[in-house]
Amino acid sequence: MTATDLGLPTMGGLDLVPTTDEPQKAKEYKSDQEVRWCPGCGDYVVLNTIQSFLPTLGLKRENIVFISGIGCSSRFPYYMNTYGMHSIHGRAPSIATGLATTRPDLSVWVVTGDGDALSIGGNHLIHALRRNVNLKILLFNNRIYGLTKGQYSPTSEPGKVTKSTPMGSLDTPFNPVSLALGAEATFVGRALDSDKKGLTEVLTAAAQHRGSAVVEIYQNCPIFNDGAFDVLKDSDEAAQRIIPLTPGEPIRFGPEGELGVTSTGYGGFEVGKVADIGEDNLVVHDPSIEDTAYGFALSRIGDQNLSLTPTGIFRQVARPTYDDQARAQVEQAQQANPGDLQALLTGKDTWTVE
Amino acid sequence: MSTSANGSATDGAGALSATRPTEVNQLDRVVIRFAGDSGDGMQLTGDRFTSEAAAFGNDLATLPNFPAEIRAPQGTIPGVSSFQVHFADYDILTPGDRPDVLVAMNPAALKANIADVPKGGTIIVNTDEFGKRNLAKVDYESNPLEDDSLSAFEVHEVAMSTLTQGALENTGLGKKDAERCKNMFALGLLSWMYHRPTEGTEQFLREKFAKKPEIADANILAFRAGWYYGETTEAFGTTFEVAPAKLPAGTYRQITGNTALAYGIVAAGQQAKLPVLLGTYPITPASDVLHELSKHKNFGITTFQAEDEIAGVGAALGASYGGALGVTSTSGPGIALKAETIGLGVMTELPLVVIDVQRGGPSTGLPTKTEQADLLQAYFGRNSESPVPIVAPATPADCFDIALEATRIALKYRTPVLLLSDGAVANGSEPWLIPDVSTLPDLSVEFASEPNAPDGSGEHWPYVRDPETLAREWAIPGTPGLQHRIGGLEKADGKGNISYDPDNHDHMVRLRQAKIDGIDVPDIEVDDPPPSGLGGTASGGKARVLVLGWGSTYGPIGAAARRVRKKGMAVAQAHLRHLNPLPANLGEVLASYDRVVVPEMNLGQLAMLLRAKYLTDVQSYTKVAGLPFKAEELEGVFTDIIREVTSE
Repeated sequence: MTATDLGLPTMGGLDLVPTTDEPQKAKEYKSDQEVRWCPGCGDYVVLNTIQSFLPTLGLKRENIVFISGIGCSSRFPYYMNTYGMHSIHGRAPSIATGLATTRPDLSVWVVTGDGDALSIGGNHLIHALRRNVNLKILLFNNRIYGLTKGQYSPTSEPGKVTKSTPMGSLDTPFNPVSLALGAEATFVGRALDSDKKGLTEVLTAAAQHRGSAVVEIYQNCPIFNDGAFDVLKDSDEAAQRIIPLTPGEPIRFGPEGELGVTSTGYGGFEVGKVADIGEDNLVVHDPSIEDTAYGFALSRIGDQNLSLTPTGIFRQVARPTYDDQARAQVEQAQQANPGDLQALLTGKDTWTVE
Repeated sequence: MSTSANGSATDGAGALSATRPTEVNQLDRVVIRFAGDSGDGMQLTGDRFTSEAAAFGNDLATLPNFPAEIRAPQGTIPGVSSFQVHFADYDILTPGDRPDVLVAMNPAALKANIADVPKGGTIIVNTDEFGKRNLAKVDYESNPLEDDSLSAFEVHEVAMSTLTQGALENTGLGKKDAERCKNMFALGLLSWMYHRPTEGTEQFLREKFAKKPEIADANILAFRAGWYYGETTEAFGTTFEVAPAKLPAGTYRQITGNTALAYGIVAAGQQAKLPVLLGTYPITPASDVLHELSKHKNFGITTFQAEDEIAGVGAALGASYGGALGVTSTSGPGIALKAETIGLGVMTELPLVVIDVQRGGPSTGLPTKTEQADLLQAYFGRNSESPVPIVAPATPADCFDIALEATRIALKYRTPVLLLSDGAVANGSEPWLIPDVSTLPDLSVEFASEPNAPDGSGEHWPYVRDPETLAREWAIPGTPGLQHRIGGLEKADGKGNISYDPDNHDHMVRLRQAKIDGIDVPDIEVDDPPPSGLGGTASGGKARVLVLGWGSTYGPIGAAARRVRKKGMAVAQAHLRHLNPLPANLGEVLASYDRVVVPEMNLGQLAMLLRAKYLTDVQSYTKVAGLPFKAEELEGVFTDIIREVTSE
């Protein structure tokens, strides 16, 4: 059986989007608006990375759309010289679903944040993922509410003292990667704002994925949550904490590669010394494993306390997209019985008055 | 005429015919109410009787009345479901104030509906259900069929369940399944009483149960058994005829409001030459719009059942952003949820058709009952100054035209439009003069194709406007050279960048308001004929009282106005289909009458708006009972007011 027989997508994420032969430069993707994020905001680096990355796709710039919600992250579209909509808090995935379903010729990107996507937007996020709508969802996670000036967010650590939690936050945070996998996401990745190379790799794979792709981007908010990810950027600490996931490679890390990931007895993964685990018992990374339990187990390593943070692509599997199937149904209906408006209005039971 | 093997009397074409001589009464109109348990099939029965009336050429209007629950406990009053059909030999406007005939399938149905039956009315009961237990369930201390409580009515006792089971004895169907066909027995009996054509019903049953021919046969047998019961027993000495109505010449079909609304959206997409995306969520009484549109993908319509009301309208807005016709459908509670997204549509100036099939509120309210209390929500239910055009259908068939009109406004002016239907119009049906599609309006739009910056820079400014309509150009993603960003933040006029400038904001708020105020709405027409009946009036023909309505009160107001005029009194009637903006001549019209009466199924929302805008001391007449106004009720109200005004 071929992938087609199984109903699996045989197209890449961008196959219906028109391309251009003319080489593009990053600066063509910059809009004329002065960027208004705070100095030192992680969003600058991400913006730059994306503006450099998009030309590599060779798409017609007018066929790229960025849809955002509300938050500092969501100011993103204004700085991109593409089509864009700055919409309302939490609702970008819904708006993007309507656009992606009716416009297969567009590359649709959703820019959102830990508040926008995981608080008010939680419901729309999980349903977009469940449906596998062909959207690239960039989730800027700075573990705080920046735009509204410093309240805690669904990814803030427990006990965090903020403007709205002077005695410390009582909430247990979400793990966005685990949540996305629980919502059946077919592509989930994570990168750091400062890791241009790693982020570009994940973005490239996400763009080429046909279906929903969630990329969690750890992003620093210098004003309201400065240094939240410093441990992952410190040259000594980073090596002990960041676990890069490379498909086909055993998962090992550490300054001398002395640490690795192995199975627990109960279906999870844990980190230990390779010398103790044994090289043969290291998990070999395979994001194409169908069972979400695999990616989920990876996402639970170290949870969100940053002691251990896997980065890269957790899951990357093929599944028919909602929008492709919706269009196929419409096409099928049109082929079988092209719409005849007069016949529809007249119906089957008429009577005539002379 | 031949007699077939099982002794049935059919004419050559296979239709049933009445042959026993009875006293035949010619009536100009009849109102029949079928009432029973929710599981008794009253809606189907009423629907079929209505189709028979339509096939015969009567004018008709219907009022289905059912509870919100899927199946309340059997035999209880909350479980009673009824269907009222009014059919006539002239054009009628309402489903009828009161039934001439009540068909009560059980004691609960009798108790719930008896108060509406006028003295001398006919009641047909299914005696099999009038046992001790069922009577006790609804607190009947004695059997109303045995005591004197129904002495004012003509009561026909028919053991419908027994007779149906008897008729189906040899079919091999179980007793319970056989008993379930008793609604078709009732239909057969009533069809005989009113000389209705039966081929349509038998055809319908064959098609409905095509995959289960034994069920089709059983239902048809039960239907015929009901017919023969009337024909054979002498319990019914009188039958009735209601001649076909002289409606304007043309070809008609029967249609409900929700179906007409869905067809209007299909037509709108065709006339605009745009794909349609309906983003929606199931909610009573609007779900049928989704069900109907989901059957018409072959017209390029995508129906998206979203995870909630907000996602539904969000997807519709996203589709509009991409150049499709975005539509969403809901009822009052859903409009509350969609408010923020509609506001985004106002600020981004994108077309969006928002359908509200109003129902009883507030909160969850009365999901299956009609009301028209969302007008102020439609006007003001968004933060800040967020004007949205509003239209409302007057009748079930008008839902088709109003859908086209809502789309016309949305596309021409790039704005969300609120379409306020209501439960009565949505579920009610009437004959519809089928339009010739070649006469439907052309709604095609032109997307922007060239950069439009007035400074010659070659940029595209998303908020440059047409000087006449004040609508901005519709530049859709995928158009080269026109890349731009839109959003919910306030923007500079013309260029469209985020702007917090104080003067700009004041200007933009007024501009958005002016765009809506300037929408080309036809003048309102007033029906103010010289009264018929007993001579003219003191004012020499022109009425001094104007009745102004909106939405589904059109029928009851019209029926009441007819009665008033028949008595020789003059009354003027006008009806609003555009609620925002209001017609330009409305102020002048209001001022030309001594009194303006506004009947509404709310606490006076249109009245409040008219007072505010025109400083006219309108007289509000309100009822919020989950039911349409009765013609008789309004007749009384209008008569009193006319007398009061003309005696001054």
